[in-house]
Amino acid sequence: MTISAVEEKVVYQRPESLSDVPTHYCPGCTHGIAHRLVAEVLDELGVRERTIGIAPVGCSVFAYKYFNVDSAVAAHGRAPAMATGIKRVLPDRVVFTYQGDGDLAAIGLAEIVHAATRGENITTIFINNAIYGMTGGQMAPTTLPGQHTTSSPGGRDIEITGFPVRMAELLAGLTGTAYVARRSLHNVKEINRAKKAIRTAFETQLAGLGFAMVELLSSCPTNWHLSPPEALQWIEDYMVPYYPLSDYKVIEPVQDLMKR
Amino acid sequence: MAVELMKGNVALAEAAICAGVQAYFGYPITPQTELLEHMAKRMPELGRAFVQAESEVAAINMVYGAACAGVRAMTSSSSPGISLMQEGFSYIAASEVPCVVVDVMRGGPGLGNIQPSQSDYFQLTRSAGHGDYHAIALAPASVQEAIDLMGLAFDLADKYRHLVFVVADGLIGQMMEPAELPPMQPITRRHDDWALTGADGRAPHVITSLQLNAPDLEALNQRLQAKLRIIHDTEQRSTEMLTDDAQLVVVGFGTAGRIAQTAVQQARREGMKVGLFRPITLWPFPEKRLSALADQVSAFLVVEMNTGQMIEDVRLAAGGQVPVTFYGRTGGVVPVPEEIYDAIRDLYRKLQSRPARE
Repeated sequence: MTISAVEEKVVYQRPESLSDVPTHYCPGCTHGIAHRLVAEVLDELGVRERTIGIAPVGCSVFAYKYFNVDSAVAAHGRAPAMATGIKRVLPDRVVFTYQGDGDLAAIGLAEIVHAATRGENITTIFINNAIYGMTGGQMAPTTLPGQHTTSSPGGRDIEITGFPVRMAELLAGLTGTAYVARRSLHNVKEINRAKKAIRTAFETQLAGLGFAMVELLSSCPTNWHLSPPEALQWIEDYMVPYYPLSDYKVIEPVQDLMKR
Repeated sequence: MAVELMKGNVALAEAAICAGVQAYFGYPITPQTELLEHMAKRMPELGRAFVQAESEVAAINMVYGAACAGVRAMTSSSSPGISLMQEGFSYIAASEVPCVVVDVMRGGPGLGNIQPSQSDYFQLTRSAGHGDYHAIALAPASVQEAIDLMGLAFDLADKYRHLVFVVADGLIGQMMEPAELPPMQPITRRHDDWALTGADGRAPHVITSLQLNAPDLEALNQRLQAKLRIIHDTEQRSTEMLTDDAQLVVVGFGTAGRIAQTAVQQARREGMKVGLFRPITLWPFPEKRLSALADQVSAFLVVEMNTGQMIEDVRLAAGGQVPVTFYGRTGGVVPVPEEIYDAIRDLYRKLQSRPARE
C-alpha cells in the first residue's frame, strides 16, 4: 500500500510587516488585532520596504517594535506633524501614524486637524478605546457619558467635563480629507470590515489622493475592569451606539478605488 | 556671489538654502517673519519642502520628522515661539537627529514686545527643553556673520547629529547690510546608516527617545555627554579686538558685542587700555580663551541686552580671579555706544585708583 504525500498549504502565518516578537499588550486588548490588520495590508500592497510608521505616546508607544518597518516615536500627539515632515521630503514613501485617543483627540488635536485639512498624503490609524490606557485608566476625550475612570470616579459627568469627541465625524467635515471611516474590532465580521477600510486608507495614499483615517473602536479590558469577552460586548452595547460605524468621507476618486 | 544689500532675516534664509536645506517648517512671528516669507517663495521654486505649520509646536515636530528622513531641515522663530518648541528640542537632542533652529530674539518675558533682545540666553544655552543636555548655539553680530554661521550650523548639526541654534536678535533680523552669500551647495543624500527611508534590503531603522530601562537611559545620557564633551573641547569660537595689552575687557555677544565695539574704540581714543571679547559660540561658551584673558586683565565688563545672563558663564570662566561687572538694557531697549562707554570709563577709573595687580 502506498501513501500519497499529503498536500500542505499555508493558510495563516505572521505577515512580514509584523516583527516576530511578543507584544506587551494586555490579554484581550485589540491593539494586537489592529497591528495585524495594518501589517497584512502593507504586505498585500507590497509596500513594507518603503513604509515609515510613526508611533504615538500611549499604549502603542512600542508599535515600532512590532511593525517590521522603519519607525519613529513622536512626542505625545505630534505624530501627524512628524509624518508631515517625513512625507514632504520623501513623497514616494508610505507614511502612517498609529495613535490612541488621548494622543490624537486631546493633546494632538491641533496636529491631526491641520494635517487632515492640509490634505497631507498620509494614513492615520486611530485607536479609540474611550480611556487613557497606559497611565492607568483616566478619562479620555472619547470616554462615554457616565463611564467610570480613575479621573471620573463617579462616572463621566457631562455637566462638568462636556461631551466625548467624535473624531471621524469631525475630520470628515474638513474639505482636505479624502477618506475617513470608523470601524470596530469587537467581532470577526467587523474585523474583516476594518481590514477593508485600512486597505482603502493606504490605497488612498498610494494613489496620492490625500489624507485618510480609519478610527477603530478598540477594547481595554484592564482599565474597563471587564473580562475580554465582556469588553468586546461593551464595545457593541455602548461604544457603537455613540460612535456609529460608517464611511464618513469618501471622495469620488476613492470611491473609484473601492469599486476596483 | 557678489556683495549685495540684504536684510538679516532674508540673508539667514538664503544662506540656509545655499547650505542645502531641503525642508523648512515655520510659523509667523515678529521679528523673524521675513525669513518664513522668503522660504515660502524660494523653497517651492527649488522643489524643496515648505510648510507653514499650525503652531511652533507642530513646526518643530515637522522638522523632527524631516530630519529623521536624513535631510537638512530647519525652522525659525522668535522668543515666545522658541518657548513652544522646547518639547521638540528635547526629543531631537535625545534621538540625535541633526537640525538647525534660528531664534531672532525679542523682548520678554511673556508676549513682551517685538524689539531686539538677548533674553533667551538661558533658554538656549542652559536647557533647551527638558532633560540633561546642551544644544550648540551660534551668535552672529552682523548680516555677513549670520550668513557664515548658517552654513556652519548645518555642518555642525550633521557632524554631531545634534541640535544647533543660530541666535540672532530683532536688530540683526531686521537690519540691512552689504553681505555676500556662499555658493549653492549640491543636495546630497545623508545619513543612510540611520535615516528613515524604508527598510528595503536592510533591517528597519528606529528613531526613538524612549528608554524605559533606567540603566539604558543612563547609558544614552552618558553617550550624549561624551559627544557634548567633544563639542565643548573642540568647537569654542570667539573673536576679540585690542585685548593684547588690555586691563579691562568688555564681553558681549551678538548685537551687544557689536555696539560695545564702538564704545571700546572710543575708550581707546581716550587712552584707556580696553579690549573687546565677543563669544560666537554661546554653547560651548569660549571659556578657554576667556579664562586665559582672566590671567591678564584686571576686570571684565559684561554687556548684554538682558538683565545679566551670559555674565554667569563669564564668572565661571574668570574663576574668581578678577571682578566681573555688568551693564545691560532689557525689554527691547538697545543700548547706545555712549552709555556703554560711560560704564567702561567708570569701571576703568575705579581700576586705576586700586593698587596694580601683581
